Parts: sequence; C-alpha cells; structure tokens
Amino acid sequence: MSAVTRPGLAPAQGAPAPAPMTPTPIAPATVAGPVTQVRVIRAEWTKLQALRSTRWCTLVAAVLIVGLGAAIAGSGTPYKISAGNTAASGVSVALIGVLFAQLVIGVVGVLSFSGEYGTGMIRATLAVVPARLPVLWAKVIVLVGLVLPVTMLCAFADFFAAAAIESSRGGSVLSLTDPGVLRTVVGSSLYLTVVVVIGLALGALFRRTAAGLSVFAAVFFVIPVSVGALPQNIRGFAPYLPSNAGGALWGSPLGTAHALSPWTGFACLCGYAVVLTALAAWQLRRRDA
Amino acid sequence: MIEIDGLTKRYGDKTAVDGLSFVVEPGVVTGFLGPNGAGKSTTMRMIAGLDRPDSGTVRVNGKHYPEAPAPMAELGILLDARSVHPGLSARNNLLALARTAGIGRRRVDEVIELAGLAEVAGTRAGGFSLGMGQRLGVAAALLGQPQTVVLDEPVNGLDPDGVRWIRELLKSLAAEGRTVLVSSHLMSEMAQTATQLVVLGRGKLITEASVEDFVAHAAGTGVLVRTPEPVRLGQLLAAPGITVINDGTDLLRVSGTTAEQIGAAAWRAHLPVFELTPTHASLEEAFMQVTQDSIEYHAGATR
Repeated sequence: MSAVTRPGLAPAQGAPAPAPMTPTPIAPATVAGPVTQVRVIRAEWTKLQALRSTRWCTLVAAVLIVGLGAAIAGSGTPYKISAGNTAASGVSVALIGVLFAQLVIGVVGVLSFSGEYGTGMIRATLAVVPARLPVLWAKVIVLVGLVLPVTMLCAFADFFAAAAIESSRGGSVLSLTDPGVLRTVVGSSLYLTVVVVIGLALGALFRRTAAGLSVFAAVFFVIPVSVGALPQNIRGFAPYLPSNAGGALWGSPLGTAHALSPWTGFACLCGYAVVLTALAAWQLRRRDA
Repeated sequence: MIEIDGLTKRYGDKTAVDGLSFVVEPGVVTGFLGPNGAGKSTTMRMIAGLDRPDSGTVRVNGKHYPEAPAPMAELGILLDARSVHPGLSARNNLLALARTAGIGRRRVDEVIELAGLAEVAGTRAGGFSLGMGQRLGVAAALLGQPQTVVLDEPVNGLDPDGVRWIRELLKSLAAEGRTVLVSSHLMSEMAQTATQLVVLGRGKLITEASVEDFVAHAAGTGVLVRTPEPVRLGQLLAAPGITVINDGTDLLRVSGTTAEQIGAAAWRAHLPVFELTPTHASLEEAFMQVTQDSIEYHAGATR
C-alpha cells in the first residue's frame, strides 16, 4: 500500500486511498479538464508575464517612446504650428521613439514563438494542446493584451509630456482636439500592436530567433531606410512597405512621399499581419513540431 | 492503452519508423527497447501528435490523441530532448502546462513535491542539472494524472535515489491501472521495472513479448551439464526442440529442457553427472542477440 501512495498519482483533491489493483483496470481519477481557448490564453499569459525578456522589452519600449519624445520636445527650436507644420505632424515628431520601440516590440513578438522552438518548450506546449491552433490564437491575444494598453499609455504620456515641454519653451500649444492629433497618438499604439503580431507570425514561420529577427529588422528598418536610395521610377512600392503603410496612420517621420491615406495604410498593415498569421497557422498545423 | 497500427515515418530519404504495429496494455509497465536510431523517440513523438505519421495510425486510450477533448487526462509524456523553457522557473513551466487543462496550483505543488523539486521550484529551469531537468520533465508528464504515461529515457542523468524513485513510480502507475510505456538503454534497470517489452530495430518491430519469454528464448538460457560422457549424454538428450552444444570438453550446454529432466535421463542411462546448473541470459544478452543485425551505429573497433 505504502509503495503505491508515495510516488503515485493517486492523491487527487484529498482523494481516498488508491484503489486496490484490479484485473480489469478502470479509468483512474484525473484532475485534467478539457482544453479551452480561455485556458490556453491563461497558460500563455503565465509564460509571457514571467519571462524576463518581456519585462525588459516593455520597459525599454516605454522609455524609448516617452523619453525620446520628451528629449526632442526639449531641444532645438520650439515647434510652431504653421501652414506646412500641422499640430499632428508636431505630435508625430514627438512620437519618433516609436520607430525604435517597434524593434523591441518586434523582439517580444518573434521570441514568443521562436523562444519556444529554440528551447524545446514548444514540444511540451503542443503535446498538451495537440490541436495547436489555440496556442497561436492565445499568443496573439496575450501579446495584443500586453502591447496595446502599454503602448497606448506610453503614447499619451509622451503626448502630454511633449506638449507641456513645447508650450513651456514658447512653442505652439498642441491639443488632442487639433485635427489628426488624437488619430496620431492612438495610431502609434495601434501600429505597434499590429507590429507585435507580425513579429509573432515571423517567429512562428521561421522558428529561429535569429532568422525571425533578421527578417523583421530588414522589413521594418533596413528596407524602408534604403529604399530612398532607389531611382524614382522603381520606388513605387515604398508606400506599401509595412512600416510606411502603418506609418501613414501616425505620420511616421520616416514615411515616404505619396503615402497612403492614414486608415488605408493601416488596413494595409493589418492585411500583412492577417496573411502572415494565416500562413503561420497553416504551417503550425502541418509541420512536425 | 496505446494502439499503433502500420505506423510509418520518413524524414527525407530516411525511414525512421517502418510499418510499426504494436499494442501497449494498461496495468503493466512496458519497456520500449531498441538501439540508437531504432525509431523509439520518433514513435513517441507520433504518439503525442508532435510528428505526423506518413501512414498508419496511433490511438491513445482508443482515441486519436490530437482530437482528445482533455489531452492531459489522456497522455503525459516526457520526451528525450529537453522541453522546458530555461527562462521560466520550474513552477511556472508546470503552471503554464497545467493552466491549459484548468489544473490548479495545488496539483502543481503536489507534483513538484513528488519529483523532489520543492527546493528549486522558484529558480529558473535554465540552471538545472540534467537530473533536475529530468525530474521536471517527469513532473510535467504526471501533472494531469493521465491514463497513459510515456517516458523517454526517464532515468537518464538521475542519481541512484532518482532511479529508484522512477522504478517505484512506474510500478505504482501501472498498479493504478494506467498504461506505462518507458524507454531506456539501461537493461538492468528495465529488467527490474518492466514486465512487457516492445523491441525495435531500424524502425521495425523485432519482438513484442513479456520480459520472461524474451529472456527465456535467448541463447544462454538453458542448463550447463558437466559429465565425463559428453558425447553419449548429448546423443541421449538430443530431441526436437532441444539443442545440445558440446565444445569438446566435458561441458554440455543444453537448452529447451530442464535440469530435472536432464538429471533423470542421465540417471536412467547410468551416466555420471558432476554438475547440473540452470543458466539464465540477462535481458542485456537477450537484447544484444535480437538487435545485433539492426544496430545502426556500431562502435568502432578498439585497437
């Protein structure tokens, strides 16, 4: 009897002593319930919030967004609203930290999958959720649930800080009610939220952190910056690059000429995210873990 | 219960598992043996739905595992390669798995205690020794109190205390009516733990038998007879199903009959016998005999 109780599984919820051995085994007691999407979301949240990389990346992103914005507002000539310089573009400049924060946010997204493939945890994860797709949806949801509120908070903090600094230095008063300002502030956060989903999809597709991050950095940083060096006539795709399309929503200072209209651009960015996530889902279902 | 039928898996040109069929019954510990590269780990990954078979089916407790509504109640698995996140503590690794099935913290603490990880539960798994990592992997496999437990090399890297823990654990799981499939390279360990065997070689089933039968059929199991009349006694014993080997000395190796029968026969024929010793092949010897032709990676000849 004691040999059974010590290492066995029997003590379930203050359970009775283990049943004596019977010739026809009956299904033993279990504590495990069905897998539901909500449960998988909780599981993914458990991982995400406990990882150091998440905390560091979130902190760095916040510092970049708010810190760079405040630094820019506090240096150079104070921003004056005029015919060519709208309030919205002044706010866009104050949000320049978003350009750097997107890389850190991308890392969080890529690592969410590639970190599991790299360490082998993916096998444990997929063995307990063999349907697999709930894991992908859960990762999307927890990342959006983390990045959207955090970056929204940072974007508003950055706006209020920059506006206060500008006006104290004699610049124009920037107000959320000025045309396009609210869209720019909210848009920068929406932009970063879609970026994390794209990072996640790249991490799932490439499975390796190095590969996922390289592609992410190339698409969001290297290509948009180097496209300016191309001759005019073959530069037509530039507005459709993810960073430029999404940048139209918040007036990215790196944006191109002939940018898409804000919401068209954002829809285009979302389109990339949807396509990449769909590819990731298809591959997750098909490939061996 | 695990039912495997016609299972085949190819990786490129290499066929890792080739038309494999066998059944693992509940209530006993089944050892899963085979040389390196025989396809044990691949088979285990297919049982857990991690790798997709090219053909054939796997059923866990009568169901297609990836469609089981409560997977953790059906199957707990320890894979040979590490499958924990080094950046998460042991507790968070387990908690993340537990949450998918609505398993509470109490059960998580219970398996932490069970696996002897209580003191390191809060530290990051990345710093764990091989043995600690194994304990964590076993704890994860037990979390959901699954009906079927599949462990790939569970004693790998464990200290003697851990080895004994696994041995008792496997037996108690089987005694509770669970299905237990366990692979190991340590034959002496297997001989103490398993009662049934599934032996693979080059992705194919070599044999499916009880440990007792498996060892009984191996060369080396029989009776050693010392007699001054080896030729006459050998002729006397020779019969269908009985082999007698005489290497020219006064020793006979007889298999297929018992010491009692040999002794009685010798006495009736008035042949003196000086020694009559039943011998048993070890599981290791039996294993080496059946898998010799299918060893994928031979050690180089020593010079």
